[in-house]
Amino acid sequence: MLDQKRKRLVVVGNGMAGMRTVEEVLKLDPDFYDITVFGTEPHGNYNRILLSPVLAGEKTVQDIMINDDAWYVKNGVTLHKGKKIVNVDRRRRQVIAEDGTVAEYDRLLIATGSNPFIIPVPGSHLPGVVTFRDIHDVDTMLAAARAGKDRHAVVIGGGLLGLEAANGLMKQGMRVTVVHLLDSLMERQLDKPAGMLLQQSLEERGMSFLMEAQTEAIIGEDRVHAVRFKNGTEVAADLVVMAVGIRPNVELAKKIGLYVERGIVVNDTMQTYDPCIYSIGECVQHRGATYGLVAPLWDQAKVCANHLVGLGYARYQGSVTSTKLKVTGIDLFSAGDFQGGEGTEDIVYQDARLGVYKRLVLKDNRIQGAVLYGDTASGSWYFQLLRDNTDVSSFRDVLLFGEAHTGDAGHGATNRVADMASDVEICGCNGVCKGTIVNAIIEKQLYTLDEVRAHTKASSSCGSCTGLVEQILATTLGGDYNPANSKKSICACTEYSHDEVRATIRQQHLISMDQVRDFLEWKNPDGCQKCRPALNYYLISTWPAEAVDDYQSRFINERAHANIQKDGTYSVIPRMWGGVTNASELRAIADVAEKYNVPTVKITGGQRIDLLGVKKEDLPKMWADLGKAGFVSGHAYGKSLRTVKTCVGKEWCRFGTQDSTKLGIDLEKMTWGTWTPHKVKLAVSGCPRNCAEATIKDYGVVCVDSGYEIHVGGNGGVKVRVTDFLCHLKTEEEVKEYCGAFLQLYREEAHYLERTAPWIERVGLSYVKKRVVEDAESRAVLHARFLASQVIAQVDPWAERAVGGKDQHEFQPMKEELA
Amino acid sequence: MSGRLEQVSNEQLRWVEAGPLVDIPVLGSRVLRFPQGDVAVFRNRQDEVFALRDRCPHKGGPLSQGIVSGRTVACPLHGWIIGLSDGQAAAPDEGCTNHFPVKVESGLVLVGLPPSYD
Repeated sequence: MLDQKRKRLVVVGNGMAGMRTVEEVLKLDPDFYDITVFGTEPHGNYNRILLSPVLAGEKTVQDIMINDDAWYVKNGVTLHKGKKIVNVDRRRRQVIAEDGTVAEYDRLLIATGSNPFIIPVPGSHLPGVVTFRDIHDVDTMLAAARAGKDRHAVVIGGGLLGLEAANGLMKQGMRVTVVHLLDSLMERQLDKPAGMLLQQSLEERGMSFLMEAQTEAIIGEDRVHAVRFKNGTEVAADLVVMAVGIRPNVELAKKIGLYVERGIVVNDTMQTYDPCIYSIGECVQHRGATYGLVAPLWDQAKVCANHLVGLGYARYQGSVTSTKLKVTGIDLFSAGDFQGGEGTEDIVYQDARLGVYKRLVLKDNRIQGAVLYGDTASGSWYFQLLRDNTDVSSFRDVLLFGEAHTGDAGHGATNRVADMASDVEICGCNGVCKGTIVNAIIEKQLYTLDEVRAHTKASSSCGSCTGLVEQILATTLGGDYNPANSKKSICACTEYSHDEVRATIRQQHLISMDQVRDFLEWKNPDGCQKCRPALNYYLISTWPAEAVDDYQSRFINERAHANIQKDGTYSVIPRMWGGVTNASELRAIADVAEKYNVPTVKITGGQRIDLLGVKKEDLPKMWADLGKAGFVSGHAYGKSLRTVKTCVGKEWCRFGTQDSTKLGIDLEKMTWGTWTPHKVKLAVSGCPRNCAEATIKDYGVVCVDSGYEIHVGGNGGVKVRVTDFLCHLKTEEEVKEYCGAFLQLYREEAHYLERTAPWIERVGLSYVKKRVVEDAESRAVLHARFLASQVIAQVDPWAERAVGGKDQHEFQPMKEELA
Repeated sequence: MSGRLEQVSNEQLRWVEAGPLVDIPVLGSRVLRFPQGDVAVFRNRQDEVFALRDRCPHKGGPLSQGIVSGRTVACPLHGWIIGLSDGQAAAPDEGCTNHFPVKVESGLVLVGLPPSYD
């Protein structure tokens, strides 16, 4: 349509980086640019990472195409295949191709990738000497392998690329010798023991190695026939593959005068020194680093597109990378700094016979690096812990055995997702099988957990299968999988994380959602159903006296103060302090149930009574009746204090050691009404028999003869987690103070929708102990803040609506037309 | 346009007075109850008003109870995002619910109902 109004984006380079950026641009604003792409190869865009499986005969070229010609047409992108850009007129904003084609741009994106490094030895340009970079190289190698029987290939370079090439050639029937300059393979990704294991298993498959061998010359007249080394030995060769490394392709950038060091230097927005020219991928140098892996591309492309369409808030801050070798049957994973250094500690597991080696490098109880060989199932978990900088001290003893051993009873036993049949159910909440997820990943080209969630719903409800879904992504995508979707933002409305948003609310003294969204430049002025409840919670918990609770940003249950059911009716649960009731209360509940024709009355797991199937219009009237009998809201619908479960304690029980019932009631009177990041449940058991199940509660008290044992961070539910023991206390007053301090710390520092269990696993029990147990002043201050916020929070929301007339519009239809 | 909007001309619509605009909370919704089923009227921050059949195309959840942002509402049951102006579910979900024309005259909200709501 109005083409002249659109800006023009020219992309030099039709590889993964450039095209990913184009895809991101189209996603953000499909009408912003007229897009023209120049590529030197005569194909559409393909997944270079998967050239190894093509060489090995496990995939075809067609399998690895990302965007075929039809895609470019459909998206209105002009593609010039096989045209090399030889110059750019920066003043007139034109690119000039070898064949004279000229294209004008408003923004230019240089994504020229990298070139394989050719060792400058005599004979390196002989026919039969190839690199391993594109489809053409693969074709050359396949032709050499099929040219005769018992052909011999020499692969120079024992790194990731070299080994994948060697493996592929071997699969194609060639004898293969890998020549490596150093004494250990893949030294940039593996430590020596893992390198040795890898060499062993490749030797068992028939690969030969020449270690510490320096190539002197490639010999041959019209074609390669041997390789000679510095020590004088010669090895016959029908094919030589040079895979010693890559160099950023900066030829064009240099020629047109952009600032270039090792790569094209870009800032955190992927902009070069020419403000109209952006660059991404293997050709760039960002904060001194160049990347030769695919993972950082996704992050870079997102940021670059964000700026290209003028949004202007995303920022690339570098990537932590992880590596997997794509050789079938060899499991290898490495991430971060695995060499170690001053102040680091190693945790090592080694079983040469089983061919398993795991090494984790820790510093201050946080994972710095990981090398896994033979069993890489936990790779993505370690990588997650590494990127989140998680304190692992509380589960350090079982860290090496993987996530399944950290108390995750949900899916713990089945963590080898690769072995699962495709009809095995992965997500129990939404009934999604492995096959469905795998198909969606392949057909819809999904790369991230969020994309899988959006398309399949797997892992989008309770989240307990997230680890499994990530493993399916990892096994399906292989090297394409990038768990490093950098930090986790609250939602798609912002790039900021929970912690960043919260810190800003506190530091800038922001007291309304509009202020937060303005200050942090939210993408959607209204926010969305994910961030609004979170922001509302952060505001009212940080500034309880100032921030106004925005009911339109609360989930319906908290807006209506009742639980919505699947048919649109609601359930009503009055508070029953400590689970104790009496005849007149029960009579009142029975009367209400009859008066409003409540179809189901049920005892809950939290020792109270649930009235199910109530019409929304009846809620205020019912609350009024319940209020007359002394009942207040049980908050069974909220991210708030739910129940305090108790046993009968020493008043009746022959084993009871303390008055657990009274203590439970006191705790409930102190804590009811508080809003928290997620639901909170308490319990008090009168003796270690623990009839109130205090050790699966957020704050559990187990009475003993000498006082009270305090347990924290437990929950039942999908992922059962037993509490951690916090401390032993002497008096009821202490139990209350510790409870207030613990809950306040959780209220102030946990992410919205994070229960105490994952919160403690994230920050570490030792941190909680430091703030609540060891530092008396910190504890007193936290407890005081909790009590102060309770002054405002402890208003019965039912009474406000039943007799106070608040929010009447919520419960009445605007209009009713009768039949 | 939603495929499920009945093909009716303007003359066939029955314009029903829902009530004053100010009675609908900003970024909120109210229910109009008809024998043929509930209609949810929504008001967004720009004071645009929309009307949808109060049933999510997924499992019939009451859209009037959802969180409104921009021109969408999130169903309270399973979080489907439904467009307020066309009743369409946002990708990758698929489905739609009926939408009705709305006008605001001197502060009063009017909803145009098709003959099937007579």
